Amino acid sequence: MIADETELRAWMMAGMAGDATAYRRLLDALSRHLRAFYSRRLGPALRSDAEDLVQETLIAMHARRGTYDSAQPLTAWVYAIARYKLIDFLRRKRLRQTLPLEEAGAIFAADESESAGARHDVEKLLATLPARSRAVLRSVKLDGLSVAETAAQTGMSESAVKVSVHRAMKNLAAKADGAGDEN
Amino acid sequence: MKTDELVVRLSADTAPAPLSRPVPTLLMGLGAGMLVSLVIMAVWLGIRPDLADAIHTASYWMKFFYTALLAAAAFWLTERLSRPGARADRPELGLLALLAAIAVAAAFHLGVAPPGERMHLVVGSSADVCPVRILILSLPVFVCLFWALRNLAPTRLIAAGFAAGLLAGATGAWVYAFHCDESATPFVAVFYTLGIAAVGALGGAAGRFLLRW
Repeated sequence: MIADETELRAWMMAGMAGDATAYRRLLDALSRHLRAFYSRRLGPALRSDAEDLVQETLIAMHARRGTYDSAQPLTAWVYAIARYKLIDFLRRKRLRQTLPLEEAGAIFAADESESAGARHDVEKLLATLPARSRAVLRSVKLDGLSVAETAAQTGMSESAVKVSVHRAMKNLAAKADGAGDEN
Repeated sequence: MKTDELVVRLSADTAPAPLSRPVPTLLMGLGAGMLVSLVIMAVWLGIRPDLADAIHTASYWMKFFYTALLAAAAFWLTERLSRPGARADRPELGLLALLAAIAVAAAFHLGVAPPGERMHLVVGSSADVCPVRILILSLPVFVCLFWALRNLAPTRLIAAGFAAGLLAGATGAWVYAFHCDESATPFVAVFYTLGIAAVGALGGAAGRFLLRW
């Protein structure tokens, strides 16, 4: 059951006046509201973060309950705090996004600034291929998978993969020459 | 901890809420900062020697009221943004109306002036130092207001920081006007506003980090 503004506000006013039962009803109802609010916005992957946020918001509201002005709608007050905690969480998460140390080598091993231009050209050429041979070529030549692995992934036979790669390379070589002539 | 347990624990704490009163809190920060700013102005720059004559001119009161009204609107906005869920659209309109008013007044002043004097009306003789001095004089107010805001509950941190910055900037400009002997409306419209806006921008940038709770 989701309580409405009038009821929530009455519980809040009673709670502020020292009525623990009313205050507990309020926090119970708000935690249900907040859980729905955060789950809807964070999605199933962050379900446990949603619960943390519910608790964090309840604590924040309790600590700053003195900032509630009884002339204002209670739901507006709650929503503003919930929205702030959500934005704060998303900002913190973005700042915290880092890689585990084991993967640091992959970042620092190669200076990619030089190859970035070349990579851009390759992507442009790849885009001109049909989807199927593009996928095969990317898998074998760019991602470094073996012919057998690629065959298993795409469901093609190994010889079909080899033929496809060969044709795609020829196709690309012709196009790269053509592009070179234009410049 | 389960959320249910948290609810039980929080509801057991029925002590009267620490009452939050945005207006007195902000006024205290504003007053303390303004006093420091006034002292810095008097010692560092000095009050303009012709103040006794200047108070008989309209241009003196134009500067005085432009900065004071801007500060009042910014105070109103800051107060709204210092508590969750309060609407801020009317103070925002007030700020915009003041900016529009000074722009119209400046345009009129420029329009009636001979073309040769217009440039001087805008840049005056202290355009290069005016915004920086306003920024420096607003810093004590800025610090005190942020301290005050940290005791309140802003939920839109960048907006609240920007509003507090505008308030600090307008107060700094009001203080600076006791030293500044420029009298042209276009000068005030451009360079006072520039200094105030710079402090506002500073507040917005700082708010995101300093006002978290």
